[in-house]
Amino acid sequence: MTDSTKSGFYQETAGPDQTFLDANELVLNMGPQHPSTHGVLRVILRLDGEKVLGTECVIGYLHRGVEKIAENRTYTMFNPYVDRMDYVAAVSNGLGYCLAVEKLLNIEAPPRAAYIRVVLTELNRMASHQLWLGTHALDIGAMTPLFYTFRDREEILKIYEKYCGARLTTHAFRIGGTLYETYDGFEQDVNNFVKFVTPKIGEYEELLTTNRIWVERTKGVGVLSGKDCIDFGVTGPVLRAGGVKWDLRKAQPYSMYDKFDFEIPTGENGDTFDRYIVRIAEMRQSLRIIDQAVNSIPAGPIMAKVPKVMKPAVGEVYVSIEAPKGELGYFVVSDGSTQPYRVRVRPPSFVNLQALDKMVRGALVADVVAVIGTLDIVLGEVDR
Amino acid sequence: MADETTSKDQPKPPESKPAAEKPAAPPAAKAAAAPSAKPAGPTPQPWESEMVAKFKARFGSGIREASTYVGQNYMVVDGSIVYEALQLLREDEGFDYCVDITAVHYPKREEQFDLVWILYSFPRNERIRVKTLLKDGASVPSVVAIWSTANWLEREVFDMFGIGFDGHPDLKRILLPDGWKGHPLRKDYPILQQDTEWVKINLGIESGQ
Amino acid sequence: MLDYVTSYLHSSLTPGQAGNWLWALVYILVIFAGVSGIVIVMNWGERKALAHMQVRLGPMRVGPHGLMQPIADAIKLLTKEDIMPSEADKPIFWLAPVWVVMIAFSVFIVVPFGPTHAVTDMNIGILFMLGVSSLGVLGIVMAGWASNSHFPLMGALRSSAQMVSYEIAMGLAVVSAIVMTGLGGIGPYGIGSGAGSGTLSMIGIVQAQAQQHVWFIFKFFPVGLVAFFIFAVAMIAETNRAPFDLPEAESELVAGFHTEYSGLRWSLFMLGEYAGMVAVSSIAITLWLGGWLRPFPSTHGPAINIPFLWEHPEQGVVDFAFSFAPALVMLALAFFSFFNAMRMPKHPLLKIQTIGLYAFGLVLAGVGLILLAPPVRDRIQDIFWFVFKIACFMYLYIWYRATWPRYRFDQLMKVGWKVLLPLGLGVLLVTGIIGLGPEIAAWLKGVV
Repeated sequence: MTDSTKSGFYQETAGPDQTFLDANELVLNMGPQHPSTHGVLRVILRLDGEKVLGTECVIGYLHRGVEKIAENRTYTMFNPYVDRMDYVAAVSNGLGYCLAVEKLLNIEAPPRAAYIRVVLTELNRMASHQLWLGTHALDIGAMTPLFYTFRDREEILKIYEKYCGARLTTHAFRIGGTLYETYDGFEQDVNNFVKFVTPKIGEYEELLTTNRIWVERTKGVGVLSGKDCIDFGVTGPVLRAGGVKWDLRKAQPYSMYDKFDFEIPTGENGDTFDRYIVRIAEMRQSLRIIDQAVNSIPAGPIMAKVPKVMKPAVGEVYVSIEAPKGELGYFVVSDGSTQPYRVRVRPPSFVNLQALDKMVRGALVADVVAVIGTLDIVLGEVDR
Repeated sequence: MADETTSKDQPKPPESKPAAEKPAAPPAAKAAAAPSAKPAGPTPQPWESEMVAKFKARFGSGIREASTYVGQNYMVVDGSIVYEALQLLREDEGFDYCVDITAVHYPKREEQFDLVWILYSFPRNERIRVKTLLKDGASVPSVVAIWSTANWLEREVFDMFGIGFDGHPDLKRILLPDGWKGHPLRKDYPILQQDTEWVKINLGIESGQ
Repeated sequence: MLDYVTSYLHSSLTPGQAGNWLWALVYILVIFAGVSGIVIVMNWGERKALAHMQVRLGPMRVGPHGLMQPIADAIKLLTKEDIMPSEADKPIFWLAPVWVVMIAFSVFIVVPFGPTHAVTDMNIGILFMLGVSSLGVLGIVMAGWASNSHFPLMGALRSSAQMVSYEIAMGLAVVSAIVMTGLGGIGPYGIGSGAGSGTLSMIGIVQAQAQQHVWFIFKFFPVGLVAFFIFAVAMIAETNRAPFDLPEAESELVAGFHTEYSGLRWSLFMLGEYAGMVAVSSIAITLWLGGWLRPFPSTHGPAINIPFLWEHPEQGVVDFAFSFAPALVMLALAFFSFFNAMRMPKHPLLKIQTIGLYAFGLVLAGVGLILLAPPVRDRIQDIFWFVFKIACFMYLYIWYRATWPRYRFDQLMKVGWKVLLPLGLGVLLVTGIIGLGPEIAAWLKGVV
């Protein structure tokens, strides 16, 4: 543990990772503008030839001060801002925030709203994983899966567009439920999507799962065991690939997730290949949830009784959900006024990125991009 | 580790366990909340559990408060024993996952900062918060040695609030550039300050707004 | 002077061998233009084929189905600002792309597009090709060094290591093919060895395949096939194409050795890379796929004689049928163009595009008709089959790129040293043992 926590590599000099033949080290600045750092992440690599001796992540290039903005907006006004954090899973962000404020207000969304939320959130998980798969494959050099996944993700975005008019930063949920009723044919669209995309997942697998180069590039790369994951606070598919069967949707169900039947896929080795398999399996589980949820949306109101001016009682809550990237938490403090006194976002990408150094030490440059890809970070969320 | 968690965390905790955080709030709370526009709101209830009793016995008045608010447990501990308490939580009580470290600034209080550790236990499927109150300029021991995840989280708290962490391996700004002035999430940091200063220096105008 | 020009016309030698400098220059220019033309077509073809493999359309705006895209690209690249990093080693930075292009095109001096269609025929042709083409890496190393930047440097280092590793396996595979030229005779295991010519000359190698009535890929089956496989893998690595495109791995090294290059210089690198692909494909075709020979080169069928249309008494009906292939390919492409022009949506905005596609189809049909004329038809045969085989290789390059992820550096080295090298040695040994089988048997008999 002691070694891995020393991320500032400037202090480190000699040691077990001295360079081969005492050659000079090469310090390579990967990013902030680099094709595969998934945004404006800068990773300073200390290299011995191709071997990575140490890394340091420099983040914050996309810092917009979301938490400070929250303190200067009302609860309702801040709602759209959260979509801009993890912009590929905007719906999940919105769900987490709404649940947190609902908890603070001590209200609960009506069942119909909860079901709609589940459908949209799981669709979003699909979309996020598809985008991850495409870009991750591109990082490893396989171009084609990117276009396949984007083709299928498009169908999800179309459903969002029909539902709330926006494709990416949807602002689909409101505190207390949802603003929009499902449109005519929503169930049909979602069912069609499930039917359409189920064989497509097999198609992605055909391209990659048994591809020798893909397996060689991912097996044993960036290993992070379940124990290390917990130590580093890494959650989501990365944790599950390490063999820890933990999913907030099961462990502490929210938004009626306990009503649905699904499994938590896990891996064994905690390497890049396992994370790939886990995410593929999660897509299938998401489809299962969508299938169950969309065909049993109960009738009823979609909005709880929410005061026009929200003034939650003084207090603080922490509510977290299982976002596609891991545990996404909101720690909201109210001082009894209309504006949150403090909103703290616990971003899964930020915490997961911390494990990068441990995962790539001793690996090769090509593994660094594979590992950055497999962590599934979104810089909008890392930097907030 | 893996076996332990896989076997224990899956079944939902029994209802009797007060620790279980349940987003679906109990019906009583729901009924109370629904109509009144200005709710008196739920108030923190004392948090009674074996663990709290143990901690109170050990630290005495070091545990200033142990309460439950809307089903979520938290403990306010004294700054002098916070490291020991956290270590105990990690090693004896199984809180192996440090979810988050954050702070809240109350400029009017004498102890200006709430420093919050959000902890989760995989074996117990339980989430608690540990809080300590800090004066401006005071520092706390770093918990990087207990949870590796604390590294960046503490750096962020330092970056945003200027709270020092003793023994942190690499305490420097993380989200903001190294030359940044001030700590933005303090309440006395106006939202326009940086912008105004920048345009003054770089553009020679009074305000960019 | 006129004699000097015309004297070559009835020669059965390459201009280099005939010592005719003027015709050599003409050949050089024609080959330069031809290879550049292949690169341009490849540019369009790669984008379209790759796009269709990836469920997208590819270039569609510049001309019908993006046919003018390479021209637009060329104009763009030529008019772009020429950027040279201030800290670059300027003479070397300038020289690197020039060097790469020069080397890539020099190789074509000995590539035989037909029995006499080469600038010259050297008795060490294949050695010359391998030697010169491996100089290309020098340009890449120069580019990486001169850029004075870390990504290009790493790309250059990767490239040099990769070239060195794969050249050995490649060389072994080539040697096994050269050994085959000396092992003539017919029969499943080449009994009756020593009948072949045993040559390093590119033309000689193809002629050996013609004499032995077998493409070397099928000789001593499966020995020739394995050797070809080794070469086919090594040549992708040599040309830095997917899945061995580590020196310019986009997602790792941004653009590898040409990260700092832009505009014309960058396009020279691209030209060099694609010309290099054509060059190594030519080697593979010459050594294993019968060079300019058509499929089944020794099957002639019954002789026929049709006045004005077919007056080759020594050749037969099969030759006659195959002689239509170039024209048929062109006409098929023309038909494809017409078909797609008819399928174009009827929209006023697409009018020019539709007309353009019809025009393109007409041009192709015209070329096809010209190719039907007996004098042209007979002279184009060799070149057509050679270019056709190159096109197949180019398509494979595109296909690989769409299908495979990229190897990691250590895996690349592992494939080169631990798989291809032993395999190449084994193939060489087996070729020798099979080829010299009777001699060895006789010698053993003598000893015993």
